[in-house]
Amino acid sequence: MSTETTTTLSKKDFQSDDEVRWCPGCGDYAILSAVQTVFPSLGIPREKFVIVSGIGCSSRFPYYMNTYGFHTIHGRAPAVATGLKMSRPDLSVWVVTGDGDALSIGGNHFMHVLRRNVGVKVLLFNNRIYGLTKGQYSPTSEVGKRTKSTPLGSVDAPFNPLAVALGAGATFVARSVDIFQPHLKSVLERAAAHPGTAFVEIYQNCNIFNDKAFENVTEKSARSENVLYLEHGEPLLFGKESPRGIARSGNSLEVVDVAEDGDGAGLVQWDERLPSAALAFELATLGPGFPVPLGVFRDVAAPVYEDAVIAQVRAQEEAHPDATLEQLIRGGDTWQVAGPTS
Amino acid sequence: MSLPVAGHERGGDQSPERSDAKAPTVQRVSDVVIRFAGDSGDGMQLTGSQFTNTSAVLGNDLSTLPDFPAEIRAPAGTLPGVSAFQVRIADYDIHTPGDTPDVLVAMNPAALIANLGDLQPNSAIIANTDEFNERNFKKAGLEGNPLEDGSLSAFRVFTADITTMTRKALEDSDLDVRTKDRCKNLFALGMVYWLYSRPLENTVDWLQLKFKRRPEIAEANIKVLKAGWNFCDITQLFQVRYEVEKAALEPGTYRNIHGNSALAMGLVAASRRSGLPLFLGAYPITPASDVLHELATYKRYGVTTFQAEDEIAAVCAAIGASFGGALGVTCSSGPGIALKSEAMNLAVMVELPLVVCDIQRGGPSTGLPTKTEQSDLLQVLFGRNGDSPVPVIAAARPSDCFEVALEAVRIATRYMVPVVLLSDGYIANGSEPWRLPEIEDLPDLRTSFHDDPETFLPYMRDERTLARPWAIPGTPGLEHRIGGLEKADVTGKVSYDPHNHERMTRLRAEKVARVVQDVPDLEVHGDPDGGELLVLGWGSTLGAITGAVNQAREQGKPVSRAHLRWLNPFPANLGEVLARFDKVLLPEMNMGQLALLLRGHFLIDVQSYTKIEGKPFTRQEISDQIDRQLGASRS
Repeated sequence: MSTETTTTLSKKDFQSDDEVRWCPGCGDYAILSAVQTVFPSLGIPREKFVIVSGIGCSSRFPYYMNTYGFHTIHGRAPAVATGLKMSRPDLSVWVVTGDGDALSIGGNHFMHVLRRNVGVKVLLFNNRIYGLTKGQYSPTSEVGKRTKSTPLGSVDAPFNPLAVALGAGATFVARSVDIFQPHLKSVLERAAAHPGTAFVEIYQNCNIFNDKAFENVTEKSARSENVLYLEHGEPLLFGKESPRGIARSGNSLEVVDVAEDGDGAGLVQWDERLPSAALAFELATLGPGFPVPLGVFRDVAAPVYEDAVIAQVRAQEEAHPDATLEQLIRGGDTWQVAGPTS
Repeated sequence: MSLPVAGHERGGDQSPERSDAKAPTVQRVSDVVIRFAGDSGDGMQLTGSQFTNTSAVLGNDLSTLPDFPAEIRAPAGTLPGVSAFQVRIADYDIHTPGDTPDVLVAMNPAALIANLGDLQPNSAIIANTDEFNERNFKKAGLEGNPLEDGSLSAFRVFTADITTMTRKALEDSDLDVRTKDRCKNLFALGMVYWLYSRPLENTVDWLQLKFKRRPEIAEANIKVLKAGWNFCDITQLFQVRYEVEKAALEPGTYRNIHGNSALAMGLVAASRRSGLPLFLGAYPITPASDVLHELATYKRYGVTTFQAEDEIAAVCAAIGASFGGALGVTCSSGPGIALKSEAMNLAVMVELPLVVCDIQRGGPSTGLPTKTEQSDLLQVLFGRNGDSPVPVIAAARPSDCFEVALEAVRIATRYMVPVVLLSDGYIANGSEPWRLPEIEDLPDLRTSFHDDPETFLPYMRDERTLARPWAIPGTPGLEHRIGGLEKADVTGKVSYDPHNHERMTRLRAEKVARVVQDVPDLEVHGDPDGGELLVLGWGSTLGAITGAVNQAREQGKPVSRAHLRWLNPFPANLGEVLARFDKVLLPEMNMGQLALLLRGHFLIDVQSYTKIEGKPFTRQEISDQIDRQLGASRS
């Protein structure tokens, strides 16, 4: 009866028989396809995967994956996933969330799952809009965004999800784009390999309520000229037509022309394993005039939460192999009341 | 001629122990209520607990009522800063911590004034005169010294310079004055130990263990404890000493237990008996935090505790753990339960086992964090969106918390449903002797996970309980999705079909209604065939009701009592039992929440008697109501 699913799985094995109900043209389809392609390659039995989501368009994700899935309540997926992973460290637990789910209503849990370094993967589909409730601005919407709830334009400063994650002490932080399939898959593989919390922001196009929000990355010329692919150990280079790089100038970073720089000696060498998250933070928050970095911003080793929790329990169990219920209730001061003597 | 200080005689078997004219007489009393009161920094809770533990080991029956402010250190010497601990010890089976203290230990004027109203004429007051000065009179809102102005003439006042004598006892110690002064509660304890003929060993041992790493502190406290004892022995402050014999309790092994401790142990026991590892998700809140604290020390029993970032995360993590096959539990009080309500509904919808413990306190909002109330009943029954019934069980006394924890887990796992367990501040912090159960007598809670893909659909149901299968991740072939969206019957797919929604809503309700199969019939104590008056209770009112009804029956009054453990579903015979009595009196520490329900369910004009003072009912209050009801029905 219990035949463990073999590791020769295919994409088809991860497709559920539920009809996918995202809007035609939604970026979620591409992300679903990438995940269904990557999962069979990870060498994990299918029954060991659990996808936990909150509320929003992205959070319908578990229904479309033929794995264990839990579509929870708004913003709380990291908390449910934390309890699951603490009691079942053998499982591969993936949280699927959105910009509203993770950064607005669930901001607290998002922050705490990262600082604890629970061994779960968090995929944040960022479309900078509330889609399921039909088009209100989100915590990642830009200032001035006109939506149903901000007819005169939003005055809220947006969150940068990577900066929030880095600030919360995340040990793995990456960014990719829904339609950049090879890149997205490689980032997902890297996330899967990270023992602690792996946070991946995925730029996701909502073609109904916020179409072309990431045009500065996805538009054809932008792809070649405006995207900086982070490669560990390599200098920060971008631009096909006019190769440029990122160099340090005093306290800040600047874009330099590689042709003029010659051997590129002044360019910043990318290191995703730096003890300090400062450089990653700078790259995550580059302003206008700079390229958009994609790839792994941070990947450092740190104790995994559930391992530490379980280690304490196991150590206590081993130190007290004779711990019985009898001992529990009879511990402390007891006294006897004798039966009637007759 | 020796005036009795305190205590109630039963049979008056006075037995002078020494013939020496100077020596005090020793008198046996049956029952005594002592209240230790001082500043919240004075260590009154510790003093009371030590007196309690020593009396427990001596074999007395006992019941305690701690009463402390929400502030950790309210301004010293003021009325809001008063912290008190009442303990009643007896040589017979008692049900409450006593209505009025026989002895009040007042460490300062505020402690005296705050508690004076609860004293009966002729009660004894032991006052620390060192603190009775102008500064403290002002802080307590007094014009002059109550020890000298005759205002205490109704009471018997015993004074001692406790602070001075504490310092004197520690003359040779290198400790600073502040640290020395903090030992003064042990002086008072030594005095009361002398007065009630208690041995010091238990507290001496405890101090040595507690201050193992600071032996100079242990030594100082022990010195002061003995000084308090010796002071009484030498000065003859009291002319009579008292003895309270062992209580004639049911044979067995006993220990003193607090409600929250019993609850924590009950959860561990349920984990062991079910074979499910216990996972507690919790966020600190008064008066529930002790459950988290205790379970955090039980890791050797395979217990995992998770102090979450908030109440919502605490319950969500417990649900996640249950999904994974653990015994998911969360524990909080009213304000925290409010935050958890959406997640509790998720558990209702996904039909996973979960135990939600609500240690009730005074509300609404932040309310009275350290005071007791029963006002979350309607909240846990109805305080969620949609038609969302959950089983609700309530503990009646500290030791009962152990049993209801096992019951809650039994129902949660058997019916795949979140169960709410109600306790309250009174039983959580109160204590009593607990006759320890035999482990083999505890219920068998073993459960199993579904593992056969051939017979699996996520929302197929057990015929008897209507429970759906518990299929945990990691089981090959059972991959499925659950969530808060409405589920199609049997398949568990998302469904917006209107008929399916009605069917599922009724199925969820029917499942909870069927819990009645596992709820014993309501038992009537008194006249099972009915009569003039039934006093019905639930939760922590049991003690006061039992005491009052027993007394009334001894006086020949036609009163019976019954106590509800399950608030949802009600025992099958409840309506029938209520109908057997001319009148039903229902005391509750709220505005009449259960009374509202019973009137609605059974169309019976339940007489609601309410108290919303943050304090439990006294026996006398219930007795008065019984008399009123009986009088009214005869006039």
